[in-house]
Amino acid sequence: MTKMIPPQSVGVVAPQRAEFTEPLALRSGGTLDNYQLVYETYGTLNAERNNAVLVCHALSGSHHVAGTYADAPHNVGWWDNLIGPGKPLDTRKFFVIGVNNLGGCYGSSGPNQINPATGKLWGADFPFVTVEDWVESQARLADRLGIQRFAAVVGGSLGGMQALSWALQFPERVGHVAVIAAAPKLTAQNIAFNEVARQAILTDPEFHGGHYYAHGVVPARGLKLARMVGHITYLSDDSMAEKFGRSLRHGRNTYSYDVEFEIESYLRYQGDKFAGYFDANTYLLTTKALDYFDPAFEYGGNLPAALARSSADFLVVSFTTDWRFSPERSREIVYALLHNKRNVTYAEIDCPAGHDSFLLDETRYHKLLSAWFDRIEV
Amino acid sequence: MTAYRYDYDVITQWIEPGEKVLDLGCGDGDLLKHLMAVRQVQGYGVENDPDKLLASVKNGVNVIQMDLEKGLIGLEDGFFDHVIMSLSLQAMHNTQGILHEMLRVGREAVVSFPNFGYWRHRQSILNGRMPVSESLPHQWFNTPNVRFFTIADFDALCEMNGIAVRERLAFDEGKLMLDEPNFLASVAVYRLGRNG
Repeated sequence: MTKMIPPQSVGVVAPQRAEFTEPLALRSGGTLDNYQLVYETYGTLNAERNNAVLVCHALSGSHHVAGTYADAPHNVGWWDNLIGPGKPLDTRKFFVIGVNNLGGCYGSSGPNQINPATGKLWGADFPFVTVEDWVESQARLADRLGIQRFAAVVGGSLGGMQALSWALQFPERVGHVAVIAAAPKLTAQNIAFNEVARQAILTDPEFHGGHYYAHGVVPARGLKLARMVGHITYLSDDSMAEKFGRSLRHGRNTYSYDVEFEIESYLRYQGDKFAGYFDANTYLLTTKALDYFDPAFEYGGNLPAALARSSADFLVVSFTTDWRFSPERSREIVYALLHNKRNVTYAEIDCPAGHDSFLLDETRYHKLLSAWFDRIEV
Repeated sequence: MTAYRYDYDVITQWIEPGEKVLDLGCGDGDLLKHLMAVRQVQGYGVENDPDKLLASVKNGVNVIQMDLEKGLIGLEDGFFDHVIMSLSLQAMHNTQGILHEMLRVGREAVVSFPNFGYWRHRQSILNGRMPVSESLPHQWFNTPNVRFFTIADFDALCEMNGIAVRERLAFDEGKLMLDEPNFLASVAVYRLGRNG
């Protein structure tokens, strides 16, 4: 059976792999002597090599940003609604790259991959990685692909933090930066949510100090709980009320701990699904990377001073109902850029879907992105 | 193509090359684009209407989404050389608040507004109907304007709030009116500063 590829899709794609043997010094003090990055590309790098756009992924994302796989036609990239011919990030104009971050669980070097030094799975021994480490590794991938300067680096949530970090670590290598539904650092409340998620995993009896692979088990209960907590924070109160309200599965109270309210069913389903494919060690590492991100820290908390290094043109976008990465946090970035007289556009999109809004093809949001990408000359 | 706005020429004259400029209620960004082209300003627009914001992005100017009724929270004192509000003051509720904010974040403020004391407007009222004109193009039932004031009213407000009127030009449909502006001019453009 042939699967119909919808119009404006990049179509069937295939991941690629790049091996790196130059050691990567990590912020945590550790070193990765050699590592691999799995990535995908869409569109064509032009002769001037100035039309490349890097898309950075968030907590549970991957290098599979757009298109489908020949052997898995239903596995559509996580930002497919944004990327393709005729879409806001138009692959007829841009050469788009998605990369699975170090510590990820989709093929790049990470806990569920072999540690070359031991021949065994890394597990909990995989070093802590930060947003800055990811950006460093992404720059090396750019070197490998012959890209000296990105037309744009784009990301939502944790991906937006990477985009922001690109502007600070490699100001001469990025022309435009889109920071969407992100923040210049996490709040205590935000770190608290991550800590609950981590404790759920760390206290799962099947976690085995992170070496659960060797025991032939996975800490599925912990990972499920972590995802359930996360999911609550990605939605807005209103969208949850709209979607589930107090709907009862059996139409009445059954006085049990089985699923009664539909929201319980939804969260359990999402948690189970996630625990079935995501890696718990990657979840731990990635939430820590989120917590650590704070480019203003070495400037005594002075974000304008931290952003002085940037030279890119910025787009900052937030969503009115996003309380995990609220508009106030995006505005901090905008004010800091203004202070430095950087070109910046800021939009607050009225969308009911909470933090997850950045993944939706909300009309105003996508029109804005289209207009902004259209401005980029390649 | 948007209608030619003759207050733009006056505003442009008051802007020095290379200034930092904030344009409140920037609409489709035409004024900023003009100031970027002829005065090489580092310009930012402020707009809260999503459609106008999008138009500004398409126009290639910096635009920040913000609700002006809440002031200019987050913007630094004295950061801008000029803060402009072109034909929008009459559509804001918090008149005194925004004037204060403009002169907080800007060295000078530039404000233009339709003069409700214009003789044609007075004539219309005398004839029993609310004025509709080039400078007041809406009907009473669909106007975005919420404050109705004259040049004399605005002068009094500035005096009351310790705002220095450094320059004022008044126009009748594009023609400079030196005498009796509160009677003969349909639009006024002010350059404002802080007293002292």
